[in-house]
Amino acid sequence: MEFGPYLLLACLEGAVLAAVLALMASGLSLVFGVMRVVNVAHGEFYMLGAVMAWVVTSVLGGGAVINFVAALILAPLIVGALAVLADVTILKRLSYDPERTIVATIGLLYIIQQLALMGYGPEARPVAPPFNSRIALPWVEWGEGGIGLYFPWGLSTTSYKLFVIVAAVVLLAALRLFMTRSRAGLIMRATQADGEMATAFGIPVERVYALVFGAGAALAALAGVLIVPIQQAHYLMGGDALLLSFIVVIIGGLGSLAGTVVAAVLIGMSDGIISVFFTPTLAKIIATLLVALVLVFRPQGLFGVRER
Amino acid sequence: MTDTPSKRLSGASSALPTRRQALKTLAAGAGAAATMPLWSRYAGAQSAEPIRIGFGKHATGIGAAYGRWYERTSVAALAKINAEGGINGRQVELVTEDDGTDPKRAAEVLEKFASQSKCDIAFGTLFSHVVIGAAPRAAELKLPYFVVSEGHHVASGMLNRWTLQPGITDVKSQVTAMAPFLTNTLGKKVTMIYPDYGFGYDHRDNLTPAITAAGGEVVAQIAIPPTETSFTKYFPKIPRDTEVIYHVMVGPAVLTFVKEMGEFFGPSRPEIFGFIDSLEAVDLSSPGLEFLEGTYFWEGMPRYLQDDAPDYVKAYRDAVGIDANGASTSDGADVSTAAHMFGCWETLHIIKAGMEAADYKSTDDRQALIEAVEAMTDMPAGPDHPQGAKRFNGKTHQVFGPQYISKVTDGKLVVAETVDYEDTLYPDEVDYTTMSF
Repeated sequence: MEFGPYLLLACLEGAVLAAVLALMASGLSLVFGVMRVVNVAHGEFYMLGAVMAWVVTSVLGGGAVINFVAALILAPLIVGALAVLADVTILKRLSYDPERTIVATIGLLYIIQQLALMGYGPEARPVAPPFNSRIALPWVEWGEGGIGLYFPWGLSTTSYKLFVIVAAVVLLAALRLFMTRSRAGLIMRATQADGEMATAFGIPVERVYALVFGAGAALAALAGVLIVPIQQAHYLMGGDALLLSFIVVIIGGLGSLAGTVVAAVLIGMSDGIISVFFTPTLAKIIATLLVALVLVFRPQGLFGVRER
Repeated sequence: MTDTPSKRLSGASSALPTRRQALKTLAAGAGAAATMPLWSRYAGAQSAEPIRIGFGKHATGIGAAYGRWYERTSVAALAKINAEGGINGRQVELVTEDDGTDPKRAAEVLEKFASQSKCDIAFGTLFSHVVIGAAPRAAELKLPYFVVSEGHHVASGMLNRWTLQPGITDVKSQVTAMAPFLTNTLGKKVTMIYPDYGFGYDHRDNLTPAITAAGGEVVAQIAIPPTETSFTKYFPKIPRDTEVIYHVMVGPAVLTFVKEMGEFFGPSRPEIFGFIDSLEAVDLSSPGLEFLEGTYFWEGMPRYLQDDAPDYVKAYRDAVGIDANGASTSDGADVSTAAHMFGCWETLHIIKAGMEAADYKSTDDRQALIEAVEAMTDMPAGPDHPQGAKRFNGKTHQVFGPQYISKVTDGKLVVAETVDYEDTLYPDEVDYTTMSF
């Protein structure tokens, strides 16, 4: 394949990864920003989202579109509710102590993973996409008569992959509006800025925490539902996703939504392009190196604010 | 087991007057109770104690789908063996441990089998990195280790005298058997796509010379990390003049791989030949797999019940519990790993034959068991060997058997060609029988 079309293909693949990553990492970032909890079980909520999408689809048994829309609504709600439960029963009891919550969420990770293995099984199971047509993409070429369009071999994407990119952009914009324009968003930001002061002003901080933890998990689940028609739901799928989310959140700045999105695009695109033209291992090396450099030269992340 | 006798003994001791006496008796009772399971059940009949086979199961990790079916097949095989009178008149028991599809854990599991759960032998491991990691421990423990892995590491001489693969053929013979079909029927220019670790390298290193020998050419070799989840970015590396794609992928993302390959090629695909490993435990009617219609697969044993299947194949399938589509009889969505799991069935029958030939009585006879299996040669097709007639090579510890090439027809795999074991043989690379125990 020629360089141009190849690059376009790499960018498209990178954009899908970036979209899913941005959604998932924004959940992680939200939880850390507001609660100062490093949620190691975040990848498992992503996995649960994908698994729930499969469960909803197979229980409902309707058409692909109805199933998918139902999964898109129900799976994040179910996973969010589970996360709220985990917050109330576990994290709250630890007084949200940063070190102990890390250990607790590691435990949560294993519990969720094993329960998924026991209940859902070891297979990777597919969910039918609501629509999925192959779109051959054209490329420009200098022909004898000037610029001409042609369809290079293999340069294609699917309508569903484009939908994932659009859906992620819309959802992230909605999240941004929610955080900056709504009253609930204001309360969350107030809690993030100063938990004690928020309590003094009558904000039910613990309830906010529970909801934020649920919302963070729901975002991860949403990312899981979006990815499952492309990949499949598998009980180990949370591991890699968690690692990438942490990379994104550290580079972007923990707690910064804009930083998370920028870093997700950076990591997603560079992963797509580097692994196409060089090797996937090099892509991982560069991403990890980037994390190290950010931690050394700008510990608060690209968009993070220094601790007061 | 320990409850009942200690209660009975303590009841008897209550008749004794002093507290010290009572305590003493109690302690003796507890001691007796602890040894109880060993002597009470089999008192006077040492040989009636069951033979214990340690089964390293990929219950978790990337091999979990295989592990589940390996266990079901092994349980079914042992039920048959026990119903037919066991081995040397003794019942056989499976001791299952999860090895997490992890070499380090698998080595620990072997140790547990040998020292803790008092197993006679170990059996079952599939993934090549796990086998390669665990086999040296089996040799140190002097524990016969029957693997069902299909890797070339046994016959290549990499392992040791205690490790055998008598129930499933290895990649080298499989690949050698496929090359003539590829070049004669499908095309001369082959692009390989394989996982970037030992199992994939077995394919790479053996297919390339086999294709050249058959008059073809491997035009590209594309290695993909086994943990990869997105594949479209690799496909542009496929040269334009490729006539045949040869794919073999493993792990949870196999369905994505095959689906994205279909999306990449669209209507103008080359011929496609895959190892069923790419879709083992995956339903062929999964969304996105329609484009596989008319492509070919290697199968270790046909997943779908073929029209001309002999009765012993039907009996085997019924015993394991798979329907005509190769899925579980209790859940049609639970697709089996039919192309590999037969190896567990056959290996257990070989263990039975070996133990009977060696007159196996206790763990002291482990060496005799190895020697008895090494002496085996022809294994006729039948209830013990439903996959087909095989020949075991005692020197290389590797069995050779038939290979099946199936074509996807109406969404099902239909056997198009069978290669007999004679055409899969290759010169020995090792003689384990010259190595010391």
